[in-house]
Amino acid sequence: MDRSFVAKNPSVLVFLAILSLFTLGVTILSEGFGIGVISTSFVKTLGKTLCLCLIAVAMDLVWGFTGILSLGHFAFFGLGGYMIGMWLMYERTRLIVVDSLGQAEIPPTSAEVVDAIGIQIFGVVGSSEFPLIWAFSHSLTLQLILIVLVPGLLALIFGWLAFRSRVTGVYLSILTQAMTLALALYLFQNDSGLRGNNGLSGLQNLPGVTTSQDVVSIWFLWASALALGLGYMLVVWLVSGKFGSVIRGIRDNEARVRFLGYSVEVYKLAVFTLTACIAAIAGALYYPQAGIINPEEMAPIASIYLAVWVAIGGRGRLYGAVIGAAFVSLLSTWFTGGQAPDIPLGFYTIKWVDWWQVLLGVTFVLVTLFAPQGIGGLFDLWTDRRHPDRHGANLGPDDGALREKEAIE
Amino acid sequence: MKSLKSTLAGSVVFAAMATAALSAEDTIKVGVLHSLSGTMAISETTLKDTMLMLIDQQNAKGGLLGKQLEAVVVDPASDWPLFAEKARELLTVHEVDVIFGNWTSVSRKSVLPVIEELNGLLFYPVQYEGEESSKNVFYTGAAPNQQAIPATDYFLEELGVEKFALLGTDYVYPRTTNNILESYLKQKGIADDDIFVNYTPFGHSDWSKIVADVVALGADGKKVGVISTINGDANIGFYKELAAAGVSADDIPVVAFSVGEEELSGLDTTNLVGHLAAWNYFQSADTDVNAEFVETWKATMGDERVTNDPMEAHYIGFNMWVNAATEAGTTEVDAVRAAMYGQEFPNLTGGTAVMLPNHHLAKPVLIGEIQEDGQFDIVSETDVVPGDAWTDFLPESAVLVSDWKELGCGMYNTETKTCVQTLSNY
Amino acid sequence: MVRLFLAGLAILCACLTANAQEADLQPILQEHQEIIAKSSRKTIKPAIDAIASSGLPQAQVMLETWAAKNMWMRKSDGLFFSGQKGEGRSYELTDFDTGEVVGTFEKTELKQLKPNSGIRAMIGTALVQFQLTDPDRARRQAALQSIQRDPEGELLDPLRASIDDEPDADLKAQKQRLERLLTIGYDTDTGARVAAIEEMSDDLGVDVRAALNPLVVTNRQAAATLPSDMNIAAVLQPDSDDLSRDAAYDLLVASDLVAPRVSADDIRAALAANIDRGRVEGVPVAQLSSAAARAQAYEALAEAGAVPALITEADIDAALAAHVFFDTYAEPSPDVTAAAAHALEQIELKVGLNQTLDLTLDAISLASIYFLAAIGLAITFGVMGVINMAHGEFIMMGAYTGYVVQQFIPNHTLSVIVAIPMAFAVTFAMGVAMERLVIRWLYARPLETLLATFGISIALQQLAKNIFGTQARPLTAPGWLDGAWVLNDVVSISYIRIAIFVLAMIFLGLFLYIMKRTRLGLEMRAVTQNPRMAGSMGINPGRVNMLTFGLGSGIAGIAGVAIGLFAKVTSDLGSDYIVQSFMTVVVGGVGNIWGALAGAGMIGFLQKGIEWMNPSNTLAAQTYIIIFIIIFIQFRPRGIIALKGRAAGD
Repeated sequence: MDRSFVAKNPSVLVFLAILSLFTLGVTILSEGFGIGVISTSFVKTLGKTLCLCLIAVAMDLVWGFTGILSLGHFAFFGLGGYMIGMWLMYERTRLIVVDSLGQAEIPPTSAEVVDAIGIQIFGVVGSSEFPLIWAFSHSLTLQLILIVLVPGLLALIFGWLAFRSRVTGVYLSILTQAMTLALALYLFQNDSGLRGNNGLSGLQNLPGVTTSQDVVSIWFLWASALALGLGYMLVVWLVSGKFGSVIRGIRDNEARVRFLGYSVEVYKLAVFTLTACIAAIAGALYYPQAGIINPEEMAPIASIYLAVWVAIGGRGRLYGAVIGAAFVSLLSTWFTGGQAPDIPLGFYTIKWVDWWQVLLGVTFVLVTLFAPQGIGGLFDLWTDRRHPDRHGANLGPDDGALREKEAIE
Repeated sequence: MKSLKSTLAGSVVFAAMATAALSAEDTIKVGVLHSLSGTMAISETTLKDTMLMLIDQQNAKGGLLGKQLEAVVVDPASDWPLFAEKARELLTVHEVDVIFGNWTSVSRKSVLPVIEELNGLLFYPVQYEGEESSKNVFYTGAAPNQQAIPATDYFLEELGVEKFALLGTDYVYPRTTNNILESYLKQKGIADDDIFVNYTPFGHSDWSKIVADVVALGADGKKVGVISTINGDANIGFYKELAAAGVSADDIPVVAFSVGEEELSGLDTTNLVGHLAAWNYFQSADTDVNAEFVETWKATMGDERVTNDPMEAHYIGFNMWVNAATEAGTTEVDAVRAAMYGQEFPNLTGGTAVMLPNHHLAKPVLIGEIQEDGQFDIVSETDVVPGDAWTDFLPESAVLVSDWKELGCGMYNTETKTCVQTLSNY
Repeated sequence: MVRLFLAGLAILCACLTANAQEADLQPILQEHQEIIAKSSRKTIKPAIDAIASSGLPQAQVMLETWAAKNMWMRKSDGLFFSGQKGEGRSYELTDFDTGEVVGTFEKTELKQLKPNSGIRAMIGTALVQFQLTDPDRARRQAALQSIQRDPEGELLDPLRASIDDEPDADLKAQKQRLERLLTIGYDTDTGARVAAIEEMSDDLGVDVRAALNPLVVTNRQAAATLPSDMNIAAVLQPDSDDLSRDAAYDLLVASDLVAPRVSADDIRAALAANIDRGRVEGVPVAQLSSAAARAQAYEALAEAGAVPALITEADIDAALAAHVFFDTYAEPSPDVTAAAAHALEQIELKVGLNQTLDLTLDAISLASIYFLAAIGLAITFGVMGVINMAHGEFIMMGAYTGYVVQQFIPNHTLSVIVAIPMAFAVTFAMGVAMERLVIRWLYARPLETLLATFGISIALQQLAKNIFGTQARPLTAPGWLDGAWVLNDVVSISYIRIAIFVLAMIFLGLFLYIMKRTRLGLEMRAVTQNPRMAGSMGINPGRVNMLTFGLGSGIAGIAGVAIGLFAKVTSDLGSDYIVQSFMTVVVGGVGNIWGALAGAGMIGFLQKGIEWMNPSNTLAAQTYIIIFIIIFIQFRPRGIIALKGRAAGD
C-alpha cells in the first residue's frame, strides 16, 4: 500500500525531503541548538509559518478539491488555539497558586486552589468564577482531545445544517463568514468566559518547563514540521484515492455525482469536519508560538486571507497551498514589519507599511483574473505538463466541469 | 521555495551582522514599540513621534553617559501577537537598553512574558486597569485610583450625582475599571439599583436605545451621571446621539476616561461643551514648561497637532530613565531599576512626579470640561495621588501590595505575608 | 440746636456710611474669600447664600458673571472682579459694586474662578429669585430650568408668586407645571399634595416620575415586633420570593440582632491562629486541606470555647421566626404614599406602552439603516447575482465624498445637497469601472468574483487609510437635522434617523420605478433572466450589466453619506455593514426588493428585541442575531420572500 502510494505520488517524497532539510537547516542555524545565526524570534516566525502551511493544506482540500469556499476555517484554527491555551494558562497558574498557598500556615483545600486560580486568570477581566467551559482545563489529556473535538463538533453541526439544506456556492461562503463573525463576536464578550478581548496570553511559557525560549522555539518548529508532514501525507493519500475522485466530482458537478448515487452531503461533511480538525491542530501548535490568542485572530478577514494564500499559491494542488501560505505570509511579515525599503518617488515616498495592503489587494485581483492557477501554475510551465486540450482552457477548479468554450456559450 | 528560504535566511544573516556592526558603535539604543499601522496607529504614531522628539532633545543636550542615544523604531502593526515578536526582536537582535511602547492592555499582556524572560525594561505610558505590577515594567500612565476614582469622587461630591451609568466598550480596561467603580460606589452607599452598566462593541454606532435608557434613569428623581470608558470611534456616535437627545452636561454629565484632545479633534464639540474628562494632563495646563513643550511639539509636527496625556507620560518616563541611568552610571537594567525608585521629575502641569517602588507614579489628577475649541478647561486638580497597582476596592486585590524595593515582590499578600508571585501571570 | 443739628447730621452720616458698607458686595465676597477661591460644591453654600440673601441689586450680575467663568481674583489683595479679555494675556477688571473699570492686569497676577457645574447649578438656584420676574424671557427660562434641575422647597413660594404676572403663555404653562411638581414634594398641606399627585397622574414626563418616586422609596428593616409609629409599606415573610432566607438573616446581622455566620475564611483564620505544635485541637495541620476536616477542627475549637460557635440551620430558623421583616416608607404620610403609589402604577403602564413604541421606532430606524446599506446590494447581488465584497467600501467612499465636499462647501445644508449626487457619481463611476475591468470576466466564476472583489475591498480600505488617515473624520449634519422629534419624555427619535428613514423609502420607490417602469429596468430583468435571449432581442447585455452594477454601487454611495451623517466616517465603515447587508439580502430573499425590506425589518426588530431583553450587553445581541440567521436559513433557504416559478431561475 505504502509503496504504491509513494509511487503514485512522487511529489510527497520531494515535499518531505524539502521539509526535513528546512527543519534541519533552521535547527543548525538557530540559537537554541546551533550556531545562532537565526534569531529566536525568526525561528518562531518560521514555526508559525509551518502551521499556516498546514491550515492552507486543509483549506486546499476543502476549497481546491471539494469546491467549498469556506470563509470560516480560521475560526477552527483559533478554537484549537483556545483549547490548548486554556490548559497552558490553567496549569501555569496552578503551579504559581499551589506554590504561594503552600507557604500559608494551613494547607489549602482544593476548592481554595481552584478559587485562587480563577482570581488570577479572570481577575484581569473583573471576575473570579470559573466558567463552565473551563471544566476540563485541569487535564492536559482532555484538553488535547478537545482541540479536535470542539472545532470538529462545531464543523459537524454547522456543516450538517448547511449541507442538509443544500446551501452551496457563494451562499455557503457568506454563511461560513457569518459563523466566523458570530464566533468572534461571542468570544469578544467577557461573558463568554475566555477573557474577552484580552484572550489567553503568555502561552509561550510551558508550565513547569524552565528551558529557555531559544530551545522551546525549536521544539515547536519540529512539532509544526511533523504536523505539516503528516497532514500533507494524509491529505495527499485522501485525494489520490477513490475518495479524492468523488470530492473532485462534487466540485465539478455536484448534481451528477448525486445522480450517480453518492451521498454528496456525507462526503462534504466529512471533508469539512476533517479539515476543521486539521485547522484546529495547526492552531494548537501556532498559538503557543505566538504567545497570545484573542478573538481578533478569528475575525472573518483572517479566513479570507487564508483563501487568498491558497489562491495565490494555486488551488487544487497541495504544494501550491503550502507555497502560497509560506510565500504570502512571510512576504506580508517582511512588508508590514517595516523592513522593506521605502521607494521615494520625489513627490511622494511609498512606505510599504502603508501600501502593502493595496499591493496585496491588487495582486490578488490580477491573480484571479489572469493566473487562476496561482504560483503553482509556474510548475506546469516548468515541467511542461499539458492537459489534453478538449474544450479550451480550464476555467478553474470550482467550475471545473465547464471548459472555456462551454462556459462562453 | 528553497531559494526563497535561502534568501530569507541570507537576509537574516545580513541583518544579524549589520546589527553586530552597529552595536559596536558607541550609542545607547532606545526601542520604540508603537504601532505605526493598523487600528491603533492613529494613537500610537503620536507617541513614536514624541519619543523621537525627546531623544533628539536629549542628544542635543549631549546624550547620555557620554554617548548618543539611538532610537530603534519597529512596527507591531496593531497585531497583538506581533508585539511579543517585535519585543523579542528589539531585545535580542537590536539589543536595546530600554523600550518605550504599547498602548492597549492586550498588547502589554502580550509583551510581558518576553520582557520578563529576557529581563528588559518597558515604559508603558497609557492609563490602564491596574491589577498588575511587573518587575520589568514602569507604568507612567494612570492606575484606576489616579483617574477613575477621583473622577467618581468629583461626581459624588462636586456634582452631587446619585445614580451612575457606567458605559464602556467591551474589553478589559472598561470591565476592570467598572468592576472597581461598582465596588467603590457600593462602599460609598450607592445602591445596586442605582448603578447601570452597559457594554458595547468596538466602533458601536447605534446608540439611541442606550441614551434613552440613560435618560430614563432620571425617573426616580436622582441626579444621573455617566462614567464613560467608551473607546475610540464609538464615542462619536455616542456624543452625537447624546446631543440629538438634547441631553446637556448640566442635566446628565458624562466623564470620559478615553477621550482626550486627540479624540476630540475628530468631533464637532459645540454640543459637548461642559462634559468632562479625567486625565493627569491636559494641553491647556497653564505652566511655562507645558507652554514650551506644546510649542516644541507644534514646531516639530505641525500647528494643528495637539498634545495629550500619554505624551506627558512618555515625557516623564523618558526623563526619569535618563536621570536614573545617569545616577547609576550605566544603562544595565537592574541598576537602572534600582535607581528609578524615588526618581522625581517635574510634571508638565506643575508639581513633581515621583516613581514609587510599585513601579507607578505619584501624580495629581485633573478634571477638565470640554470647550468649544476642542480643548479642556481644567476645573479641578487633586493633591498628588500615588498610583496603586492593586486596587483597594476589590476584596481579593485589597490584600495585595507591590513593592519591588523593600519586598522585591510585585504581588505580596499582606494577609498571609507571602509573595504570591515574582513573575507576572499575564 | 446747632449741636442737635450736628448730632443729627452725624447720625445721618453714620447711617449713610453704614448703608454704603451694606450696599457693597465686595466685603461679603471677602468674608467668604477662601471658600470662593477653593470653589468646591461641598463648602461653597454659605458664600452663595450670603450673596443671594444680601438683597443687593448687583448680586445678580455678580452671580451671573461668576457662573459664566468671568470672575477673576486679583492675587495681590484677593479682591474679586468681573474680567474682560484685553490685549494679549491681559484682562480688564471691573468692580462689581461701582461698575467702574479698575484697570488692566496680566494673567499671571490674576486667578480665574472656574465654578464647576455643581456650583453653577447652585448659583442658578440662587439666581432664581432674581430671574423669575426678570423682564428678559431667556433669564426667566433659565430660572425655570434651574428649578427643574434642583427642585427645592424654598422655591415654591417665589414661583407661585410669579405665575400670575407671567406674560408669556408658554412660560406660564411651564411655571404652573413646575408649581404642581414642587407642591407634590414640598407643600406642607397633605391635601394639596394628594390633589397635585392626582392631577399629575396621567403625565408621562420624567420629572413627574422624579417627583413621585422619592415618595415611595422604602427601607427594609427587621425588628422583634412590628413598630406602630412608622408608615409601613409591606410586611415580608422570610424564605419567600420577596425575601430569601440568606437575605433575611443578613438583614438581622446588619441590624445587630443576631451573631454573624462563620465564613470559610473565618474558619481558616481561626484555625491558623490556634495552631499548637503543628496540630489544631489534635488534628495535624497537614490534614486540614479539606472543608470537612476544617469544620471538624473548628467545632472542636468552639467546644473548647476558643472561638464562637458555628451558626447552624436551626439557629437561623429560630432567628427568622423570632423577628418580623418589613418595608417602611421614608415619607410619613400614608395618604401621600398611597396616592403616589397609585399614580405611579398608572404612569408605569403608560410608560411601558410608550417604551414599546419607542423601541419600535428604534427598530424601524435601525431597519431603515440596514435597508439603505443593503439596497445597492439588492441590485448587484439580488438582481445580477454578483457577489460584491467591496460593497461596503462603496458605502465608505460615499461617506468620504461627503466629508470632502464639506471641506469645500462650509454650509452644511448645501454641502449635503451637493454631496448626495457627488457620492452617487463617484461610486457609480467606480462601480462601472470595476464591472468593466474585473467582474465581467468572472461572470462564470462566482466564487472568484467573491475573492477578486475582496481584493479590491482591502485595497480600497487601505487607500482610504493612506489618504484620510485612520482617525474618524467629521461629517456634520445640517443644523435643522440636529435634535430629535419628541412625542413625550419616553418616545423620541432624532431627526437624522427620520431623514434616513425617508431616504430609504425614497430609494425603495426609485428602485421600484426603475425596475417596473423604465426601459432600463425592463432590460435589466431581461438580461438577468436570460442574457442570450435578451441579446438576440437587441439588448446589449454588457451595457445593461454595466449600468445595473453602476446603479447599485451609486446607491451604496448615497447610503454612505447618510450613514456618515448619523455615525462616523472611518476607513472601516464599510466592513461594519458588509456582513449585515449580505444577511439582509439573503434572509429577505434574493432578487426581490421587498425581500430586502423584509430582511432589514426582521434583523432590525430582532436586534432591538434582544437588546431590550439584555440591556447590559449590546455585543450579545449581534452574536445571537447571526446565529438566529444561520438557523433561519435552514428553514427558509430562499429567504422570507422567495421568488417562485420562472423568476426563481436556476
